[in-house]
Amino acid sequence: MAYDYESSIRPGKLPHIWCPGCGHGIVMKGLIRAMDTCELDRKNTAIVSGIGCASRLPGYLDACTLHTAHGRAAAFATGVKMAKPGMNVICVGGDGDGTAIGGNHFIHACRRNIDLTYVIMNNYIYGMTGGQFSPCTPTGMLASTTPYGNPDPVFDISKLAIGAGATFVARTTAMHPRQIDKLITQGIKHKGMAIIEVLDDCPTSYGRRNKFRSVIDMMKRLKDNAVPVKAAAKMTPEQLEGKFLTGVLYHDTELPEYCEQYEALTKKAQNA
Amino acid sequence: MSGARIEVIERNCKGCSICVEFCPKNVLEMDVFLVTAPRPEDCIKCMQCELLCPDFAIKVHDE
Repeated sequence: MAYDYESSIRPGKLPHIWCPGCGHGIVMKGLIRAMDTCELDRKNTAIVSGIGCASRLPGYLDACTLHTAHGRAAAFATGVKMAKPGMNVICVGGDGDGTAIGGNHFIHACRRNIDLTYVIMNNYIYGMTGGQFSPCTPTGMLASTTPYGNPDPVFDISKLAIGAGATFVARTTAMHPRQIDKLITQGIKHKGMAIIEVLDDCPTSYGRRNKFRSVIDMMKRLKDNAVPVKAAAKMTPEQLEGKFLTGVLYHDTELPEYCEQYEALTKKAQNA
Repeated sequence: MSGARIEVIERNCKGCSICVEFCPKNVLEMDVFLVTAPRPEDCIKCMQCELLCPDFAIKVHDE
């Protein structure tokens, strides 16, 4: 009945470093369940991350893990996948790491449609470095570097990924734990770039400054504003104001995968 | 249905109270900074607490 997470975690690593109420632990549990569902051999699975709270995740997992430079998770993962196309490569990271500092690597990994699974934990802020605003901080919200409210418009990570050419794009929240492992499982099985955006909470750096009185307030916001894709089709734009869609947003199985294309090119060059 | 055995790993619990808030049968309770399960006989094994605990601190055993 109780799920055995401990066999996937390096001995002696718990309790983890994340703050009380931080949703990253929920995502990590989802990732472990998805890896178990796909029966991934941990010796043939690389988990790559950049820098940040969310990027601490590979340190806990008992698999081949790579903790790289800030924002460069997608770049390093592309390298791992190109060197060993048979390896399952999963990237994890936060919104600042993935879309601001590593924005360039992120969009180009999407464009190539290389067979990676990228789990982005969007907690709307740079948590680890002291609560600076990220491209995902909602307009008007407070961060340590925007004491009068964030003037910038927001990045929609899923739309960015679709626009950049990723072939599997899904969104869920930390309040939907069953959906997290379902979507990550689909992403791992998908041949091509899979982006799973998980909306998360940061009670310490974001909630405290923005009048979320407790972790529960932030969690309830995630739960109440999530609208499944099918339900959203029947709703008017006014009803969808301030909500976000969850579920599989885009899935294309037609486009060729990069490693296969590259292998074909190598063979063509060898035979020329 | 005779409830379940709920194990709280005290070393891991950080007292965020997510499990207490989202338990549909009010099985769990906060003891200042630690979760306790005073009413395990009411548990319907929906597993919400175990799934939503970010700290790997709560387990629902089937017995």
